[in-house]
Amino acid sequence: MSEIAEKVKAIIIDKLGVEASEVTPEASFTNDLGADSLDTVELIMEFEKEFNVSIPDDQAENIGTVGQAISYLEEHAK
Amino acid sequence: MSLRRVVVTGLGAITPVGKTAPAYWEGLIAGRSGAAPITRFDAAKFKTRFACEVKDYNPDDYFERKEGRKMDIFTQFALIAANEAIEDARLNDEGIDKDRVGVIWGSGIGGLTSLQAECIAFAHGDGTPRFNPFFIPKMIADSASGNISIRHKFRGPNFVTTSACASSSDSIISAFNYIRLNMADVMVTGGSEAAITESGVGGFNALKAMSERNDAPEQASRPYDKERDGFVLGEGAASLILEEYEHAKARGAKIYAELIGGGMSADAYHITAPDPEGNGVVLVMQNALRDAGIKPEDVDYINTHGTSTPLGDGAEVKAIQKVFGEHAYDLNISSTKSMTGHLLGAAGAIEAVACIMAMQHSLVPPTINHFTDDPELDPKLNFTFNKAQEREVNIAMSNTFGFGGHNTSVIFRKVSE
Repeated sequence: MSEIAEKVKAIIIDKLGVEASEVTPEASFTNDLGADSLDTVELIMEFEKEFNVSIPDDQAENIGTVGQAISYLEEHAK
Repeated sequence: MSLRRVVVTGLGAITPVGKTAPAYWEGLIAGRSGAAPITRFDAAKFKTRFACEVKDYNPDDYFERKEGRKMDIFTQFALIAANEAIEDARLNDEGIDKDRVGVIWGSGIGGLTSLQAECIAFAHGDGTPRFNPFFIPKMIADSASGNISIRHKFRGPNFVTTSACASSSDSIISAFNYIRLNMADVMVTGGSEAAITESGVGGFNALKAMSERNDAPEQASRPYDKERDGFVLGEGAASLILEEYEHAKARGAKIYAELIGGGMSADAYHITAPDPEGNGVVLVMQNALRDAGIKPEDVDYINTHGTSTPLGDGAEVKAIQKVFGEHAYDLNISSTKSMTGHLLGAAGAIEAVACIMAMQHSLVPPTINHFTDDPELDPKLNFTFNKAQEREVNIAMSNTFGFGGHNTSVIFRKVSE
């Protein structure tokens, strides 16, 4: 697993209070990991801070699963 | 329409002298001070470097991490105290109509810790706003009552009262009125505060309101002592379950006491200084006595506002003598803030619990830290100095006054079955 994927997983485990085994690439933040709309906003902000990127709102809407977050950040992280 | 009777059927508390209602009471009758050097932040440069913190507080002892971090500490305290009271009153039993259970909470300040943290983070950034989405819901004072209702699915009236240090006496009276007027059958009420932060301590220091007795924190809160030099900041929460009398009887609830009256008034004098003549304080006690339908002579115990400030303590005592006349000498008077410190918006709630416990145990909690008589105060008054006193307490009054000139008094009566 890439270093980015490791960090993304760690952030999700920390913010959503879930077990590492639940954080699979297909897992949806809202449907599988118990996030509400505010949790999702917070996750995106943490990704922005950790990876020093700015994620526009229209792109943030497409980040709904662990895998989508990892591939977005692998593409855009500086 | 006749007003319905309201009784207390549950108690909860998390305070600097005990982290449950029974532990809080034990702390009070033992005369234990909750004051100690501040641990929450580095107070080295502050004029006041001590406070009455809730000891060894760890939110993980009470909340799952995910839940706890979405609440400011003042809301955590609110839930801890409310949960204890709700369990004590068995409000989650089957048969309770949760549409008829409401929550009216009190907080003078709200989520100061969260406000401060977010502003500091912004100031340290490059001007890009990166405010946390939980910041506003954590900070706003009504998140306390909102979170209690969400946890227990209470769908009745729900809001928070804010009147500085009178906040939770006002929440108690509001809850009382909603039941009296048949707008709810049961109300979770109380108050919480958590302002032991840089901005809280620094702000109150700037007002010259707090004790600076850094060499002896445990002796700093000394209401009615000649050498008193200001209040000691406290934190925590207390909760009372108020319930319509027949509703409580029908389900066999434990009845601690009856809430028989409440009074409110304003000083209309100064934003922080008390009226030295105590006119607003006279009025609030008269209003409460009239609402309760009792005479001054019926009162046994007054848990005073008594914050240990030079001006405020004297004005309140003067007002008590005006309202109670000769009977003032027969009263037990005490300020439990000598032990807990001043919990600001939670003061009314924790002191209401103290009044009810005094009735239950026929024991008046003391005003500790009395060393030197204040020649300005009538020596024939019984301030319950230094040691708890045995006394049958049938009727107790709790006074709270807040910056802004808000005055509130509530009166409880023992219920004999």
